[in-house]
Amino acid sequence: MGDNDNKEGFKGMANPGRYGIERVAYWLMRITGLGLLAYFIAHIYETSTILDGPSAWNAMLEMTQTTEGHIFLTLVIGMCVFHTANGIRLVFGHAGYGVGKPGRPDYPYPAKSLNMKGKACIYASIGIAALAMWYGIAVMFGV
Amino acid sequence: MEQKIHPKIKEYQEKQEESKVEVPKANLVTLKIKKYNPNKDSSSSYQNYQVPVEKWTTVLDALLDVKQNLDHSIGVRYSCRQAACGSCGMKINGKPKLACFTKISELDSTEITLEPMDNFPITRDLVVDFSRLFANHKKIMPYIMNNESEISNGTKEFLQDPKHVEEYIQFAGCIKCGLCNSACPTMAMDSSFVGPQALAQAYRYVADNRDKGKDNRLKVIDESHGIWRCHFAGSCSQVCPKGVDPAMGIQLLRGYLLGFRD
Amino acid sequence: MRESIVMKIHYGTALGAVALVAIHILMRLTVDFHESLTYDAVVANYQMLGYALLLELILILISVHGFNGLRVILLELRQGSGYEKGVTYGCIAGMVVLIAYGTRTIIMTNMGMI
Repeated sequence: MGDNDNKEGFKGMANPGRYGIERVAYWLMRITGLGLLAYFIAHIYETSTILDGPSAWNAMLEMTQTTEGHIFLTLVIGMCVFHTANGIRLVFGHAGYGVGKPGRPDYPYPAKSLNMKGKACIYASIGIAALAMWYGIAVMFGV
Repeated sequence: MEQKIHPKIKEYQEKQEESKVEVPKANLVTLKIKKYNPNKDSSSSYQNYQVPVEKWTTVLDALLDVKQNLDHSIGVRYSCRQAACGSCGMKINGKPKLACFTKISELDSTEITLEPMDNFPITRDLVVDFSRLFANHKKIMPYIMNNESEISNGTKEFLQDPKHVEEYIQFAGCIKCGLCNSACPTMAMDSSFVGPQALAQAYRYVADNRDKGKDNRLKVIDESHGIWRCHFAGSCSQVCPKGVDPAMGIQLLRGYLLGFRD
Repeated sequence: MRESIVMKIHYGTALGAVALVAIHILMRLTVDFHESLTYDAVVANYQMLGYALLLELILILISVHGFNGLRVILLELRQGSGYEKGVTYGCIAGMVVLIAYGTRTIIMTNMGMI
């Protein structure tokens, strides 16, 4: 129906702005999930070279032990840590924990489900992911 | 199209010419309104209207001023003017809001963009079609299901203490304005998704201790475009003008399906 | 299968994978990072039955979780019964192929067929 259908579409779904940190977390969760699946498939292929003997394994290892490879692995560490930490927050939330208790709303109607505990968990997930990436850089680049 | 000048602005300008009085610029805003008629137009366009405002002027007041003085063809739906009917939902400066509940002064901008809500088919200009929202609302059976109702035998009365009322009263405040569905990231892509409005209403009835239809409702929402397509982005609760907090209702409802509540 | 069952599996595989991947990573941190990746060290790991089982479990859990996550994202992108069936069966096929491919590596290395 084109313009008349008026769905916000991919741009609207993927736009992390406008609606606060919870929407950013939603977007990051998707991106990191897709990134991790891509990495996992690549990792299964990468480790399968062990069947072709030491030279094939070392050749694959050399490919990953470049600056670009280390940067990519650093990103994977960040994605993995964020996806895990935020995922745990979401599992609790989806089960109905930490989303507040229903009650009579008072003006200006702040949403109890978007509470400080939840926001703190999102910021903590981002912070822990950043720390893990920093540690990964330190190990891989030997700094 | 020739731009009409608001009569009040014309009056100011004439006064200014006569007595050199400055026109108070802060009291003028431009409404940039998206216009589109699916029956006539091949694409949408924006039209600008300059209107004088006071600090208490709402977006709906300004819109009605434009309709009265500059362009009566603008399509806008409204009724109560006090955030009770849920008719005047629209995108105001990029975010879904009720036009009657949004003061121009709080927008902190001299140009205000008004567009129809996203994720609803456009009827005309700022008016959107609510058929899908109402169909989804109906789907979750928004009524008390109890065979022992006072209607069936005329004697049974449901008693409820305040503690039980607290469980659902916030969700009963839904005015079906559709702002939550417009802000939802899943609704932006998935036209089959039942949506935060209907899901919050499903919780409203499931949480009501007079209701015995929990299993029926959970069955309706437990499908591939049902409750599981909510990812707790919380945008619905951000924009709800009545404090319904659909995101809370949906997570509590999901608790039943995951076995954490009974 | 009801969507609630699918999603319970999704949450379950996520929690299981978090615990097992943590063990997988911690085991690598017990030795020097670069040494832990040498061919002999890796083969030795694979040939420990417990570790091979751990890898197999991780493989299954992450494949199920990852491909179901992909299915959810794809189902939201477009609708239509043909497309939705295609996405569901496509993701199941992808998951099965990945598990089979990874299992082949684990079994063959564990049994010394290298």
